[in-house]
Amino acid sequence: MLNIRRDICGYCGACVSVCPEGALELVDAFLTVDTACINCGICEKVCPLGALEVVKE
Amino acid sequence: MKRQYDMLVIGGGPGGALAAKTAADKGLSVCLVEKRPAIGVPVRCAEGIGKELLTDFIPPDPKWIATEIERAELVAPDDFSMLLEPKMAGSEVGYVLDRKVFDRELVWKAAEAGAETYVKARATAPIMRNGAVAGAVIEQHGKTYEVNAKITIAADGIESKFAKWAGIDTTVPLREIETCAQYLMTGIDIDAQMTSFYLGNEVAPAGYVWIFPKGKGLANVGIGIGGGKSGAGHRAKDYLDRFVARKFPNGKSIELIVGGVSVCKPLSCTVADNMLIVGDAARISDPITGGGIYNALYTGRLAAETAIAALEKGDTRKAALMPYDTTWRSSPMGKALERNYAVKEVFVGLSDEKLNAIVHSISKINLEEFSTLTLITELIKANPSLLLELKHLKAFL
Repeated sequence: MLNIRRDICGYCGACVSVCPEGALELVDAFLTVDTACINCGICEKVCPLGALEVVKE
Repeated sequence: MKRQYDMLVIGGGPGGALAAKTAADKGLSVCLVEKRPAIGVPVRCAEGIGKELLTDFIPPDPKWIATEIERAELVAPDDFSMLLEPKMAGSEVGYVLDRKVFDRELVWKAAEAGAETYVKARATAPIMRNGAVAGAVIEQHGKTYEVNAKITIAADGIESKFAKWAGIDTTVPLREIETCAQYLMTGIDIDAQMTSFYLGNEVAPAGYVWIFPKGKGLANVGIGIGGGKSGAGHRAKDYLDRFVARKFPNGKSIELIVGGVSVCKPLSCTVADNMLIVGDAARISDPITGGGIYNALYTGRLAAETAIAALEKGDTRKAALMPYDTTWRSSPMGKALERNYAVKEVFVGLSDEKLNAIVHSISKINLEEFSTLTLITELIKANPSLLLELKHLKAFL
């Protein structure tokens, strides 16, 4: 699953634009992820601040 | 918020504002929704723009111009600096804006023209009728509104979802996004009339560092790196912090700005039935500079003009809106995007040695015109070997 570190996230939306599944959504000042997420890790790489982590279940 | 408008604009940045103003000026009923509680914040921009690009849309106003820029420097990986100056000394070539004020001004003008504006109002889904966009579901203050519109403008920026929801693939490939971080820094020793660009794989892989002055000792100091180069321990902010520690150890940060800029080709089609996509949402930003303010202003206005003509004829299907797509693509802006994409593809692959050689080949360029094109042309003149790598670019230059 994708863990969003809200204490780190700058809610810029860079991750939303590269998400191939459209699973991320920037709602004003916070980011959400829905069940379409496939844990591909692209958003984890692109984040300028390191706020996203794919957690192995 | 009414149930029905001629035009619904999703997003209150420069693209959305120009679309709303242009349509409202012609007497259309227009609704503009912005998901943020304020127009213009948080800033997602380095705020630089060429002087001549703005005048087409709005007369320059000191209210939203932080500084006038007279020259630029390009700094090679080995720290050698090349100066770019217009032939006439003392003539300003660009502005660093205050986007918080600029964006607000543009939306204010749209409101003055008669557009309704709603903030903290977010589109959560398109209304689809017979496979075509017919408006959007808008959430505001815990209430849900079905807003129908004959035309919807998707101006929802880099984090755009609206067009995707309507069935258009807007995904930016990882290697074609610049992931960016920027500090607004104070107490730094800079030339307040000069912008600086630092190149190099150590400094900013597949991107660059910029210093855009906003006043005496005050500047946007930022970086964009290629998405493919980003990862744990080497993110945009890591590179920026290293640059700042080296260059401005005593500077103080008063704002942190982050964001993504697409440097891919624009969407293959920027219209659909009853919908036009503008600015960053359509991935219409410059692949070399990352600039997108002018592109958004231009496409926002053009989209509205096309929509007005289509509404007058009573046909807003995709084919009737296609003139928007073909017009911006064949415009000087569209041609520049195409050319700069090809140049970018070459430049992101250059080694530091090659970048050093290119910048060293010229120490000063007196530009007739301050543009990426003249810079590239001059660089190639001084580096004939570059032409080998840029062979396929000849057609553009």
